Amino acid sequence: MKQGVNEVAARIRKLIVEVDETRLEAGKVIEPPTRKALAMAVIENPCAGRYVENLDELIAIGEELGALLGERCVAALGIAPGQAQSYGKAAIVGEAGELEHAAAILHPKLGAPLRKAVEKGAALVPSAKKRGGLGTAIDVPLGHKDAAFVRSHFDAMEARVSDAPRANEIVVAVVVTDSGRPLPRIGGLQLSEIKGEDGLR
Amino acid sequence: MKFEMITIRRLHTCVEDIHHEFGPVAQPPLRRGAIAAVLTNPFAGRYVADILPMMDALQPLGITMAEQLRAAMDVPAERIESYGKGAIIGAAGELEHGALWHVPGGYAMRELLGWKGDRAAYAQGKVAAPAPGQAPQPGNALAIVPSTKKVGPPGAALDVPLTHINASYVRSHFDAMEVRVPGSPAADEIVFILVMSTGARVHARVGGLKAADIAQWNGLR
Repeated sequence: MKQGVNEVAARIRKLIVEVDETRLEAGKVIEPPTRKALAMAVIENPCAGRYVENLDELIAIGEELGALLGERCVAALGIAPGQAQSYGKAAIVGEAGELEHAAAILHPKLGAPLRKAVEKGAALVPSAKKRGGLGTAIDVPLGHKDAAFVRSHFDAMEARVSDAPRANEIVVAVVVTDSGRPLPRIGGLQLSEIKGEDGLR
Repeated sequence: MKFEMITIRRLHTCVEDIHHEFGPVAQPPLRRGAIAAVLTNPFAGRYVADILPMMDALQPLGITMAEQLRAAMDVPAERIESYGKGAIIGAAGELEHGALWHVPGGYAMRELLGWKGDRAAYAQGKVAAPAPGQAPQPGNALAIVPSTKKVGPPGAALDVPLTHINASYVRSHFDAMEVRVPGSPAADEIVFILVMSTGARVHARVGGLKAADIAQWNGLR
């Protein structure tokens, strides 16, 4: 992780990276452990406090954060981009903002650079959004990056910043994993069966 | 036998860069990190009188966690300026189980940061008598590691206090980091936490003892 400058035009107040590693579940050893990385940026919402028709500024911020947060997740896991298995994204808009601001960050342009950070990424990036205050938690949905129907990789990771979002801020979160759930055993499409062409199977 | 008491279920790390809090942008940003190990509580569900063997058994875990936290923060040990520790005990456990972390969590970080004291004496709650004119504990990381603990449900948040590693009274470094592991602790688990930071609060400006003015080297001032 590089220390220092804000690499992006988004006005970042905080940048947070978490890694969650499960080694034992229901008394069973998980080998290798399942691991999820969460990267969050707390940014100023340039459209807070008023109605703004054109949301291009937020769309551009989303593009920048897709790369930054995706790369931070992959770096925190210490894996090659191609070893990433599932991903997800979410945003929490402070109360002076609008749900559509989260949509502008997440949907038009965040995905392409995130897919570059995890190599390929044929599947839809599952997402969640909400309005919230300080410490509001959001469950970032997860799905396999190349085949959305892989049942073992349907999961979620809780994202939360104790002192954000302030009213004029947005918390933007990206999760990348190198694994599925710890003890998947409910059938469905298996990792070994995917083609990864249409993003679904 | 001793190490069988230590069953790690989960490891959770969190590193945050604080660029500003609506004031001047810090260059470089303040970096704070936390590591939380979720362990099976071997004493859950019953009163066990002698829990001290676990304190010894936790020492290797403390050392591993301190180094893993430093590595996750991606800074050399010399950059660490403040520290803290904590524990969250699941509902089938007892607050006293969290107190087992005081020695292994504290000395692990202090040794990582260059503490040269007597570990055995520290474990017994004693400090070796200093030579005349010498600081009581030579080396770095002279200050007590502040701590909090509580019994809590899965996802409970713990505010882990932070203070300067060499002088507890350095006012700019009084801080706290909220740490929680979603889904843990279950009733039969304990979460042991270490926290370190690279500096003062991002816009510290309320006076008091400054890190540059530490003079007594007694862990306090």
